[in-house]
Amino acid sequence: MPAFLRNEKVRGILYQIITIALFIAFLFFVAQNTAHNIEQRGIKTGFDFLHATAGFDITESPIPYTPMDTHLKVFEVGLLNTLIVSFWGIVFSSLLGLLIGVWRLSPNWLINRIAAAYIETFRNIPVLLQILFWYNVVLATLPSTRQSINLFDTVFINNRGFFMPEFVFGPGAWMIGAALFLAVVAIYLISRWAKKRQEKTGEQFPVFLTGLILLILLPLLAYFLAGRPITAVMPELHGFNFRGGKTYTPEFLALLFALSIYTATFIAEAIRSGIEAVPKGQKEAATSLGLSPLQQLRLVVLPQAVRIAIPSIINQYLNLIKNSSLAAAIGYPELVTIFAGTSLNQTGQALEILLITMLTYLMISLIVSLILNWFNAKMKIKER
Amino acid sequence: MVYPPKVAKEPPLLERGPIAWVRRNLLSSPYNIAFTILGLAILYMIIPPFVKWAIIDANFVGHSKADCTGNGACWVFVKEKLNMFFFGFYPHDQIWRPELVIASAAALGAFAKFVRGLHPFKLLLIVLFPIYAFVLLHGGSFGLPMVETSKWGGLLLTLVIASVGIVLSFPIGIILALGRQSKLPIIKSLSVFYIEFVRGVPLITVLFMASVVLPLFFPEGVNFDKLARALIGITLFEAAYVAENIRSGFQAIPKGQYEAADALGLSYWQKMALVILPQAIKVTIPNLVGTFISLFKDTSLVMIIGLFDLLAMVTVTANDRDWLGMDTEGYVFVAFVFWVFTFSMSLYSKRLEKKLDTNNK
Repeated sequence: MPAFLRNEKVRGILYQIITIALFIAFLFFVAQNTAHNIEQRGIKTGFDFLHATAGFDITESPIPYTPMDTHLKVFEVGLLNTLIVSFWGIVFSSLLGLLIGVWRLSPNWLINRIAAAYIETFRNIPVLLQILFWYNVVLATLPSTRQSINLFDTVFINNRGFFMPEFVFGPGAWMIGAALFLAVVAIYLISRWAKKRQEKTGEQFPVFLTGLILLILLPLLAYFLAGRPITAVMPELHGFNFRGGKTYTPEFLALLFALSIYTATFIAEAIRSGIEAVPKGQKEAATSLGLSPLQQLRLVVLPQAVRIAIPSIINQYLNLIKNSSLAAAIGYPELVTIFAGTSLNQTGQALEILLITMLTYLMISLIVSLILNWFNAKMKIKER
Repeated sequence: MVYPPKVAKEPPLLERGPIAWVRRNLLSSPYNIAFTILGLAILYMIIPPFVKWAIIDANFVGHSKADCTGNGACWVFVKEKLNMFFFGFYPHDQIWRPELVIASAAALGAFAKFVRGLHPFKLLLIVLFPIYAFVLLHGGSFGLPMVETSKWGGLLLTLVIASVGIVLSFPIGIILALGRQSKLPIIKSLSVFYIEFVRGVPLITVLFMASVVLPLFFPEGVNFDKLARALIGITLFEAAYVAENIRSGFQAIPKGQYEAADALGLSYWQKMALVILPQAIKVTIPNLVGTFISLFKDTSLVMIIGLFDLLAMVTVTANDRDWLGMDTEGYVFVAFVFWVFTFSMSLYSKRLEKKLDTNNK
């Protein structure tokens, strides 16, 4: 070995130069081949296609869309649908996961076992299978429009989806929003004041109860003051379909149910492991301080459990968002289905479209991990 | 005086045996009683209808849809299509080949468990096995008729994808994890970029990339078949997750181990291969099994790019004109097969976790 190679630093630089050279050579090889292949096959390049007319319809869109709109609009619709289904998926999987997680910790043997069975069943079956099962079996075998399942004349369930009342906000509805905002600000101020007072005098103030009352009372007051600006439009059967109200398609529901049920198992496990990770001594110490079981949970166990559970729960939310791309199998028009699917087939510009799609998901992941980092930094045990 | 020791009385009947257990676990408080009733109600709502559908009203005997008369499940369908579910479109008269491969894999597993340590003969067998399996499955030589990969399907394809994915993603994951640990900035940032990029995107986009764009990356004439492209996609995807698992293993290794290896004068590769990696991998085995479980479940995504894995077989078989409307049975059966595999993997991981837990900490 020549002398200079025995220096670790020199070797390090050499290795890196070799890596970079190989990497660049690989990129060059790929780029050259791609350019050649694209030319050979007559595929267009560049991002001009985003402004070309899409020419196909989308079954459901939160914003106005016609086939005359551009592929950029298709992208927007897809992204919005991804976010909508992810949002509701996160809400439902959290609720279900919390319920199952609490059941899993229950001292009642039967409930405990039921929760465990739920977790072990749904966690071990591929989520794609669950999506297809909901779509092709459960929702497809619901009764037809005429024989809809009728829940109190407000919700109708049939094989074309769920039909629910839609809430229309009239003029003055902004007052309710303002009242809600006011309530939140008030709660924040009250909790700060209560904390200060408790530190000074040791007296406690029922923050939670006051907050709850404010949160319900203020918007309710605004609702009546503004002259009841919210009205519900009920779905009604006209001929062969329902009109009015809000329609949730089987595609949306199958995706939502499957994602929620699947992700809930992981959230339940995260909650269980978070609570079980709190050392036994903490509970015993709380008991010997004379705290009631509820106080123990609220003041001692939960604050410590949350620190452990929340990061993995947020990771599960991220997985849910990524798993929503499986809608491609049933045709719910989200990002992968319409943009990386239909638009890709129409334009043939796979490279550009897939790159945009991947970067979009990457951005979402990045935002979620920023939130996670912020949370971790905030929750870090402050050692003095 | 002699005091003969008195035999202790047994605890009262209500404090021992099954009665005490029921009292303690199911009826200890009004809350608890309410929960027990709720639990019984849930079980009553789920189990009797399911048992009625799946067993009591189900049809097991027969050969066609006409034999399914009851309201319950038509397991005749699954029985008649079992070959499809297991081997896809693999030619009927050649099915002994995948069967032989699976039997040899089981034998190899048993052998590997029997012969402890890194016996050279064992290593040779393990290295030769994939070649043997490929030759047997694909054919075209040794007088075996060729069976193109497009004819592979069902559970066979799922197992091929899962095992190839696991075996190949493991070394790539190790290299990426080493890269991420490296002190060399360029190597480190390339690894971090790769790992974070892949972990930030859904598998389906990677599979699309592999099936649509990958062929553009290579010179004309270089053609991967569909299965190979899916394998590349899945392997590259899972490697990033394996890398993160191994990195968490690295973090569990005390600094003293690195220093001790340095003090012994080991080179970087010796240090990693002989001291750090064996410990890091051992610590992280439960996590790795977790990643491999999700890889196994993720194999079902290949149906979206047009491969006929176990899940895709439900659609294929239920579209058979003689068996229309049988997808419920198909899904339940396939879910059960997936569940058996993943659940046994997770049991294995739990057992390992217990076994490894005693050594450390």
